[in-house]
Formats: sequence, structure tokens, C-alpha cells
Amino acid sequence: MTDAAPIRMTYREACRQAIRDALARDPRCFVMGEDVGLYGGCYAVTKGLLEEFGPERIRDMPLAESVIAGAGIGAAIGGLRPIVEIMTCNFSLLALDQIMNNAATIPHMSGGQFAVPVVIRMATGGGRQLAAQHSHSLEGWYAHIPGLTVLAPGTIEDARYMLAAALDDPNPALIFEHIVLYNAEGELDPAVTSVDIRSARVRRAGGDVTILTYGNSLPKSLAAADVLASEGIEAEVIDLRVLRPLDTATIFASVGRTRRCIIVDEGWKSGSISAEIAARLAEDLFFELDAPIRRICSREVPIPYAAHMEEAALPRTADIIDAARGLVRPA
Amino acid sequence: MSDRLKLDRRHGQHLFREMLRIRAFEAKCVELYQAQKIRGFLHLYDGEEAVAVGIMSALDERDSVVTTYRDHGHAIARGVGMGPIMAEMFGKQEGCSRGRGGSMHIFDRQTRFLGGNAIVGGGLPLAVGTALADQQLRPGAVTACFFGEGAAGEGEFHESMNLASLWKLPVLFVCENNLYAMGVPIELAEADTEIFHKAQAYRIPGEQVDGMNPVAVEFAARRAVESIRAGGGPYFLECRTYRFRAHSMFDAQQYRTRDEIAQWKERDPLARMQAWLLDSHLMSDAELEAIKAEIDREVEAAVAFAEAGTWESEADLERFVQMSEVPQ
Repeated sequence: MTDAAPIRMTYREACRQAIRDALARDPRCFVMGEDVGLYGGCYAVTKGLLEEFGPERIRDMPLAESVIAGAGIGAAIGGLRPIVEIMTCNFSLLALDQIMNNAATIPHMSGGQFAVPVVIRMATGGGRQLAAQHSHSLEGWYAHIPGLTVLAPGTIEDARYMLAAALDDPNPALIFEHIVLYNAEGELDPAVTSVDIRSARVRRAGGDVTILTYGNSLPKSLAAADVLASEGIEAEVIDLRVLRPLDTATIFASVGRTRRCIIVDEGWKSGSISAEIAARLAEDLFFELDAPIRRICSREVPIPYAAHMEEAALPRTADIIDAARGLVRPA
Repeated sequence: MSDRLKLDRRHGQHLFREMLRIRAFEAKCVELYQAQKIRGFLHLYDGEEAVAVGIMSALDERDSVVTTYRDHGHAIARGVGMGPIMAEMFGKQEGCSRGRGGSMHIFDRQTRFLGGNAIVGGGLPLAVGTALADQQLRPGAVTACFFGEGAAGEGEFHESMNLASLWKLPVLFVCENNLYAMGVPIELAEADTEIFHKAQAYRIPGEQVDGMNPVAVEFAARRAVESIRAGGGPYFLECRTYRFRAHSMFDAQQYRTRDEIAQWKERDPLARMQAWLLDSHLMSDAELEAIKAEIDREVEAAVAFAEAGTWESEADLERFVQMSEVPQ
């Protein structure tokens, strides 16, 4: 077989292709969400799919997040494989009871009698001047809940293949697609046809400091690593990919070598996933650390509209660079 | 209209027996709660037996049941064994939910019994979902979704009713209107206290039923289920009933009078059914005694099963947080 050329596509197209594959492969699969059909998807992920698959497979829902999530959960219990779309994580708060008290809880609470193989996709994040009620990053919050698998695809490859892995898994999975990443373009290695939903990945190897991150903070971290390299600091950038369960083995292996760690997380700093990771490093890798852990998170404010204020509120590449310099070459 | 409801000796005694099984089980629960064998919250079904029994009589093994935290009656009437239910309430791993859920969270895969939900209104979206799956995978199957009139205040009630109607999903919505949401009487909670009116707003056929009469409930249920199975979409039954006991074991019942309770007890479904069966010679005194004795034995056996049960190992605490397969 000849080597196929890498395929170029956007993150959005990767998400769409993942859904198309799922619908083509499994008749139990269908998409349910607001504006997924006629509108083509709020972020155009499902554009064209209604025409291709019909209204039974691409189901436009009323604006009713609780029943959108809950019916998806019930349908999954009943033998279908719904791909629930909550338009953005900002609206998911209306579905939180169904996600936490039903999806995450029923398997354990029923003594293992019922699995909930539902997949819920949500757009997440800030950076498009959509103001406070449309700019949350709640994936870290959801990662607090036992029973859920929480996924944050940060690359085209993960956008393309995480969905299939989540659908194959018997557990409820949340997939957080960052709104800024939808337009990102990249190449898919044709040799890769699946990904796992358990491991973190080293996206850039380095020996001086480990940067742990996910989602739209990944490109910022990689950009920071490039600048740092020109100064002779080699940062290892790890894409967490899976926020629950955390791949502590990969995290510890890296930080155990570099002995310095920066966590870049778009959630608000207090009680965030970065706080969880920092706690685990302090608990289990304390004696390997040569410097305090640094966290670059969103400022503890509702995310504002004005461009410069929003930029100041969200994690900044410059702050990642400064943190790395401070750790590797303390004054 | 179905002619399958034959109120003959066999069926009449069946309805009576099923209600008495529930009543006897609940009485035993009170005893065991006071003896601290059962802990946490305990919500008893005394007075409402006709609803669970009447509805379940119209369902078959294809169907699914979603209910509230006041779920013992539904579970028993659905065919979940008294032993596993009692063991569950004791917290034993031989309980239907491995002791993980307790009184409020009876789950049973065999009988498609999906809880046991402690969030008021939280089961309705779930029921809409199982009905959606049934529509695709098991046409003809129905999901019976029980909830109290208090749930009609929750947003999830409205979202679920609307979607079920829109997509013509096979849900039998059963509102057990016992007039009190914990201690709030319906007049303080609902602008329209005739709950079945809400069904009309969603274009769901709905009726009010005498929830103290198992025959009335079953008759309405059969008609509703037949309509749903034929693809008629969801149906709504508001069963007017009353709980003779407190909301739970912690309730001082300051919100209602003894007189009111006494008045409703005159309509006790069990007493009335018993009297009617005896008067109509559809049950003899001897048969009545035999039924009671059999039920007493069944309840005692359930308690013995629970007592003999074992505690799940702490080492298994994280088991089933995530599943390795889809068992259902």
C-alpha cells in the first residue's frame, strides 16, 4: 500500500467527519441538539448532515437542555447511541442535573445494572468577545464528577477520532470543542485511524520545564515553547487530552524528568483542573520538584466583552513564557 | 376500547393482593426503620397503592418504568422481588442495587425498572429517552413515568411533556396527585390545580382518574397503553390519590389535619376492595385469610433474606463508577 498524503482539514471539518463516520457505521447513532439540522449547527459542525442523513438521524431539538441531555441519557440506556450536542457549555448548566444525577450516577447507584453510553459534545471557551455568559470553560468543573469521561480534543486528530472512541466506550463522555479551535487547520496522518481516550500526549519534547495544557491553551503553549527555544529553554508541552481520568503516569514521567511544571488552563484558577493537577504533583511528586508549580489560568472574573479586557482575562502566551523563564532561570 | 379488563374473581383478588403486598411491605418498613435496620430517607406509599397496581396491570415485560423516590409500591407491583428490595433498604449487597441506592433508588434490569429517582422531575427526561429508544428499537413498548403533582412545577416536566408530544413518544405520564409536595399543598404551588389540564396544553390526551380505585386506574391505563402502543403518542393520567402516612419518617405533618387524613382513609383502596370482593362473593373469608397469611410469609421471607444478606466490601467502592460493558 502506498503512503497516502496527509489530509488537510479544519478542526470543524474533523468534528463533522467524525460524526459522519459514526452515523454511517452505526444505525443506533444519531445527533440531537439545538440547531444541528436546518441551521447547520451553531458552529457549522453539522452543516450538510441533515441533507445527507435525514431528520431521524440529525434531530433538531427545542430549546430545552434538560430534556436534550436527559432524553439522550435515556435513549442511551435504552440501546441507542445518541450524540447529544449542547450548543455550548454555557447552556449546559441547564442540563447539569441530568448529567450529574443521571448520567454520571446511574451505573454506580444501580449497582452496575445499567450503563449510560451517552456522548455529549459541547463548544467551550472564550476569545471571540462573546462576553461572560458565552465564554465559560467548564470542562474542569465537569472533571470533578466521578462517572464521567471528560475529553478536550486540542488537535485535528483528536477532533477527528475521539468521538469514535467515546461512542465505543460504555461510559458517559463529554467532549469539549474549543470555539477558537474550530477554524484551526492542520494535517491528519492517514496512518492514524483511531485514538484512545485515556492518555495524555507529549506534543513537543523538552527537558527544562513541562507545560501541561489542553484545548485552546495548547497552541498558546506551543507558541510559548517556540519563543522559549530561541532563548535556550526547551519546554516539554503535554496535551492532557483527557481531563477525567487524568493520565498521571505521563504527567509524572515528564515532570519527574524536567522537575519544573507550568499548568495552562482556561478555567478560572480557583478549584480548577490545574489546581487538581498541582495537588497531585504536590502529593505524589513532591521530592522530584525543583521549583514551585506555576499555573496560568483565566483571571477570576466573568469574561468581559472588550477585546483587550477579554485578552487580559484569558491565559496569555506571554505569561506562559514569563513563567517558564522564572522557573528555569530564576533571578 | 380494550375488553381485556375482566373483573372476575381471579383478577379482583389479584388487584387486592398486589395492593396488600405493598401495604404489608410498607408496614414492615416502618417497624424496621424504627429498629434502625433501614436508614436515611423512607417514603411510604400507604394510600396510593391503587395507582401503582392499576398501572402495572396494564403493562407487560416489554415496557419500562421510571418513578420517584416513593418507589416501593411501583417496584413491588412491577415484579421486583421483595427480598432484593428489602435487602437494598438494609444496604446489603444482595439488594437490587447492591446496597448502593437504598429506599429511593430501586433499580432492576430484569423488569426494566429504572429507579427510584430522588430529584423531583429528574426522571421525566429519562423516560422520554427510553421511549425514544423504544420507538426505534422496540415499537409497541411503553415507558410508564410516575411523578407527583409537585413535579409539574419543574421545568423538566414541561420540557419532557413537550418533546414527548412533538415526537409522539410512547410515554405514559402518570401524575400521582396526592395534594401535597412534602408540606406544600397544591393550591400554593399551582396556578391550575387540575394537573391534567397541562397535558392539553401539550396536546397530549389526558384524564383525571380516581386514584383510590384500582379498577378505575387499570381501566384508564389499559385505554392509554393501547393508544400509545398503536402509535398514538404519549398519554397523561392524573391519578387523584392521597398518602396516609407522612412525606417521610421526618415529617411532623403540620401542614394537614387529622380530620383530612381520616376522611381520605374512608376511601382506603384496600378496605374498599376487600369489602367489595367479599360482598360480591368474589373472595371468601377463607381466601382472604389465605392471602394475608401468604403475604405475611412473603414479607417475613424478605426480611430474613435482608437480615442474612452481606455487606459489600469497601474494596469495591469504586466498582461500577465506570462500566466495562453495557449490561442491559
